[in-house]
Amino acid sequence: MSLRIEARPEISRRLLYVTPVLAVALTVLAGFLLFLLMGYDPLAALYHFFISPLASLYGLSELAVKAAPLIIIGVGLAMGFRASVWNIGAEGQLTVGAIAGGGIALVFWGQDGTWILPLMCLAGVLGGMAYAAIPAFLKTRLDVNEILTSLMLTYVATLLLSMLVYGPWRDPDGFGFPQSRLFMDSALLPIILEGTRLHLGVAVALFVAVAAWVLMTRTVIGFQIKVVGQAPAAAAYAGFHRKRVIWLCLLTSGGLAGLAGLFEIAGPIGQLIPILTPGYGFTAIIVAFLGRLHPLGIIASGLLVALSYIGGENAQVEVGLPQAVTGVFQGLLLFFLLATDFVTKYRLRYVSARREVARA
Amino acid sequence: MTFDSTVLILVTVISAATPLLYAALGELVVERSGVLNLGIEGMMLVGAVTAFGVTVTTGSAALGILAAALAGASMALAFGILTLSLTSNQVATGLALTIFGIGLSALVGSGFVGIPVERLHRLQIPGLSDLPVIGPLLFEHDVLVYLSVLATAGVAWFLTRTRAGMILRAVGESDVSAHSIGYDVILVRYLAVLFGGMMAGLGGAFLSLSYTPMWAEEMTAGRGWIAVALVVFSSWRPGRLFLGAYLFGGVTILQLYAQGSGGILGLPAQVLSMMPYVATIVVLAIIAGGPWKGRLDAPACLGKPFRPAT
Repeated sequence: MSLRIEARPEISRRLLYVTPVLAVALTVLAGFLLFLLMGYDPLAALYHFFISPLASLYGLSELAVKAAPLIIIGVGLAMGFRASVWNIGAEGQLTVGAIAGGGIALVFWGQDGTWILPLMCLAGVLGGMAYAAIPAFLKTRLDVNEILTSLMLTYVATLLLSMLVYGPWRDPDGFGFPQSRLFMDSALLPIILEGTRLHLGVAVALFVAVAAWVLMTRTVIGFQIKVVGQAPAAAAYAGFHRKRVIWLCLLTSGGLAGLAGLFEIAGPIGQLIPILTPGYGFTAIIVAFLGRLHPLGIIASGLLVALSYIGGENAQVEVGLPQAVTGVFQGLLLFFLLATDFVTKYRLRYVSARREVARA
Repeated sequence: MTFDSTVLILVTVISAATPLLYAALGELVVERSGVLNLGIEGMMLVGAVTAFGVTVTTGSAALGILAAALAGASMALAFGILTLSLTSNQVATGLALTIFGIGLSALVGSGFVGIPVERLHRLQIPGLSDLPVIGPLLFEHDVLVYLSVLATAGVAWFLTRTRAGMILRAVGESDVSAHSIGYDVILVRYLAVLFGGMMAGLGGAFLSLSYTPMWAEEMTAGRGWIAVALVVFSSWRPGRLFLGAYLFGGVTILQLYAQGSGGILGLPAQVLSMMPYVATIVVLAIIAGGPWKGRLDAPACLGKPFRPAT
């Protein structure tokens, strides 16, 4: 009798949803060892990382505030990943969305009007879409790898924002700090829960996830996206346009990233500053995978990854852990998830001696 | 612009090209074996922080460089285990490696920010280094610069003139055939991936010990990604890769020099800083759309997971 690893006839659906939990458990275990190695009390550090941020209403609201952009971006990216369209420049699209929407807020600064915020949202979405259109165009016309172009454009977008807030858009009364004017109330998202920073964008994030779920499971477009990703040959035979799917995925994910960027500046930040996020555009990639590229799964993974940000800040204040631990955790989480994926595709089986002989 | 300053600029171009050359050369070998590792940025950063940390603590740059190569290779090993043994998606795993590397290097390096380190010793070659123009241009660099040039020639020789190189290419072109005639596809790919990690680590070491002798978070500033683009640019050939790396080194230095001398046409510094990134996109577009389209020669099995049937 011997042990043998063999491919499962089809991917185990059950394990597909068990492995993310396993990956989280392994990450916590790795965190325990890491903290021990770094000379911290591991239990106290883990407590301040994962539990104490959730112990208050304010903590919970902050969790939602951080999760909202991750969910919005993650849902868009997941759509593309399903079709093997690798937009990893969401951070750049987020930045351009914020620049476009923030530009509206600054142009109409000093004016009051309920139309300003919707116009900003529109500009944010269009800005992100326009920026994602560049890799889409290069991909569909010239077959240029969208991973590289979208990523290079992220650096360009960050520099563009820096140029604006150090230059023409700098707050004239800001003592020379590289930041724009503080937005007027008419350019800020309404707060849902008094006394917290919970803004309207959080509700929109949930709506986006549900809408994407309907799109992916109940429409022909969603079906086409999945087929193009899983069986390109079948998709071509069925007459699905791969290029159209590439455009659709990049424009949607770009637009959503732009919206997320707009929500950041019209929500928690309230102005344009040189660095808008701690890398939400990249972290959203982890969120998308951890959520199994499923819009509803992404709500859960978005909340979990948001906890790693808040936990990181909290643990820094409480036990003096370096902020960089957050990035290590996020990387480990994705590693473990990819590693545990193996068991969804393969299984261990005992093969009896008699069957061994029969095979031979 | 005086003659001397031109020589000085060319010397810095060589410096700017070297980290790109290391990282891209490693990735070229990895991709030739049929594996796409997008974690170069992360491996470079871990290499950079390791080289810096070991050099500062032990006082030996040689140990620092060696440790950086090992650190890069260990990161690559993690990538190999996931993609080669556990058949995970190479794109996603590469991204994970980069995210992890950024975090890990920031964590390890938090104690090293702001500490100075002695720049890597420049070799003086008696006689040659004293020559006018040629001396400073070619014979006054540190050991890593010379090693990068040697490595380019070595990789070119290995891929085209050795049996092992042929096997590596066969594995990248058709894993199934290579397997069926008895080559260990997974082993070959492991070795290639480890080499790629080692080279990325060395590229990082050059950054933190020679190019800008210090440690700063995310100091690679996208060079790992530019290296991936360079491999495409080179159509997987070491000679063209060398040219590409120096071309990009030139673009980087050109914009730095333009910033230093007060800018061109009153353009803000940020517009000049965009140049290397925009140049990457433009070059990729030209390569893809040019008359040589379709003859890019990407290894046929690039990015496809392989698991031998038992």
